[in-house]
Amino acid sequence: MTAVVGLLLVIPLGAVALTLLLPKLVWRRSVSLIASTATLIASVAVLFGVDGDGPIIVNVGGWEAPLGIALVADRFAALMLSVSAAALLGVLIFAVGQRDNDRAFPSFHAVYQTLAAGVVLAFLTGDLFTLFVAFEIMLTASYVLITHRAGPEQIRATMTYVVVGLVASGLFLVGIGLIYAATGTVNLADLSVRLAEVDPALRTAIGWLFFMVFGIKAAIFPLFFWLPDSYPTAVAPVTAIFAGLLTKVGVYAIIRTQTLLFPADKPSTPILLIAGLTMVIGVLGAIAQGDIKRILSFHIISQIGYMIMGLGFFTVAGIAAAIVFIVHQVVVKTVMFLVGGLVENSSGTGRLKEVAGVLHKFPVIAVLFLPAALSLAGLPPFSGFVGKLALVQAGFESGRWLVVAVSLFASVLTLFSMTKIWSGAFWGTPTDNLVRAPAATMVMATGGLVALSLVIGLAGQPLLEIATRAAGDLLSQESYRAAVLVSGS
Amino acid sequence: MSPVLAITAGALFAAGTYLIMQRLLTRIVIGLGLIGHGANLLLLGSGGPPGAAPFTDQAGQAMSDPLPQALVLTAIVITFGTTAFLMALAYRSHALTLSDAVEDDQEDRRISEANRRSAA
Repeated sequence: MTAVVGLLLVIPLGAVALTLLLPKLVWRRSVSLIASTATLIASVAVLFGVDGDGPIIVNVGGWEAPLGIALVADRFAALMLSVSAAALLGVLIFAVGQRDNDRAFPSFHAVYQTLAAGVVLAFLTGDLFTLFVAFEIMLTASYVLITHRAGPEQIRATMTYVVVGLVASGLFLVGIGLIYAATGTVNLADLSVRLAEVDPALRTAIGWLFFMVFGIKAAIFPLFFWLPDSYPTAVAPVTAIFAGLLTKVGVYAIIRTQTLLFPADKPSTPILLIAGLTMVIGVLGAIAQGDIKRILSFHIISQIGYMIMGLGFFTVAGIAAAIVFIVHQVVVKTVMFLVGGLVENSSGTGRLKEVAGVLHKFPVIAVLFLPAALSLAGLPPFSGFVGKLALVQAGFESGRWLVVAVSLFASVLTLFSMTKIWSGAFWGTPTDNLVRAPAATMVMATGGLVALSLVIGLAGQPLLEIATRAAGDLLSQESYRAAVLVSGS
Repeated sequence: MSPVLAITAGALFAAGTYLIMQRLLTRIVIGLGLIGHGANLLLLGSGGPPGAAPFTDQAGQAMSDPLPQALVLTAIVITFGTTAFLMALAYRSHALTLSDAVEDDQEDRRISEANRRSAA
């Protein structure tokens, strides 16, 4: 099994090298598709292995933890890996189906697989500095993807994205420097032992510094302004994978560091406050927009609030609910942006004023949109309902009624803004600009992810059970610490 | 961490933060570079007193911690790469718009538009 965890990194990096060398587009596409499929299979295998037998540790280069770099696959990491690999594969098929992505951009597949490698490394890494490197790999690939074929408007928006990303990286380095000065280690398992001995005031300060650094990447309130400005300017598959994955890697890092390094034994009011504000401000921003991609971008922010809320309870139920919610969001957010891409692909615009009647002209797009939109709003029996129900129950258990009420209020507004897209773009008499029928590959890729989100909705119970086990591991810290440090001594 | 190192890192952060607040892209790029240097200096300082060799074969000889030095090396390479990318982006922006200034984002423009309309 340890070999499979190693393979998870080797596959995308190998694909990067190969796609850079291969001269023909067909070969590059095949290598990239095979690599993404293999990553998905390997991640699911790791998920089943980890759920049965406990965390898998790989000591890179044979140096044992806490001296060397450890890759740690526990339940949380494996779950995130599997769903991310599914989203990466779906979007890749969509991008290949849209044709002009990799045709006009010869190194598209190399950059895309670099992004995949960064995401995989971020989930697997067992030390803070490798997490920094993983973020840089992922973000640098995203800078290249978002600026490709950019006009003046995209360059301006990307500039904000890149500068904010680099400032966050600088602060991340500062955090690593401070934590190393305080403890003398960057290994997460080792840190969780040694940080307990550090002065509580200093620990709290470092904890909030890391919360802020990852909060910028995850786009929580009030650090989200870069997101709705930059994401909508990229091409559809690129926006879809950014929306589905990048912010969730930030949330993953927040949950990992807050539970392992800065644990709390009672609900954290500041975190819940931030969560509530993120939900409401995000969804209010969405309502004010008139463009499909911009509406959806503000929804990313709003939904991040729900995940942070689950963390804020600091209970097994709360974190399990947050994990289920992240799994659902990765799939559904990707689908929503792919559907937005399909509408844009057909009409050449995503502005609600300029496009209408998609339902009558291309009913298949509407069929893909509806379950994803209802899922995003959290209606049963779709996947969003499972996550939101679990969050609400966890909130009641912790006795935090106010934030639960806020989250339900934000859900209603989410439904409202979804109906805005539906009545604006899908109903009405078809506009003349609806000329290009969507390619079958693009519809299939989106449809596959819609099916996955339906499966998540129907298989809510098993998913919640595995998420509960993952959350138990996160909160007790023992299994993580024992696995990393015992194998290292 | 020696006071000199700490003050230098602080000065680099201050100057970098000031430059990032500017509108001109070239200044932002330089500001980011300064912040990167500040962070690297801080990271280097986290390894304890400087001056000794990181590797030695003589027992009992003073050593400085080699790990932060390795981390800083990695961080420098990454900062170098991203700065180069940012320079290319700034050049592209200059080629497209013939200006070096970062313009307002879409929301800002909508708000100023609304203000202008309500004033008129």
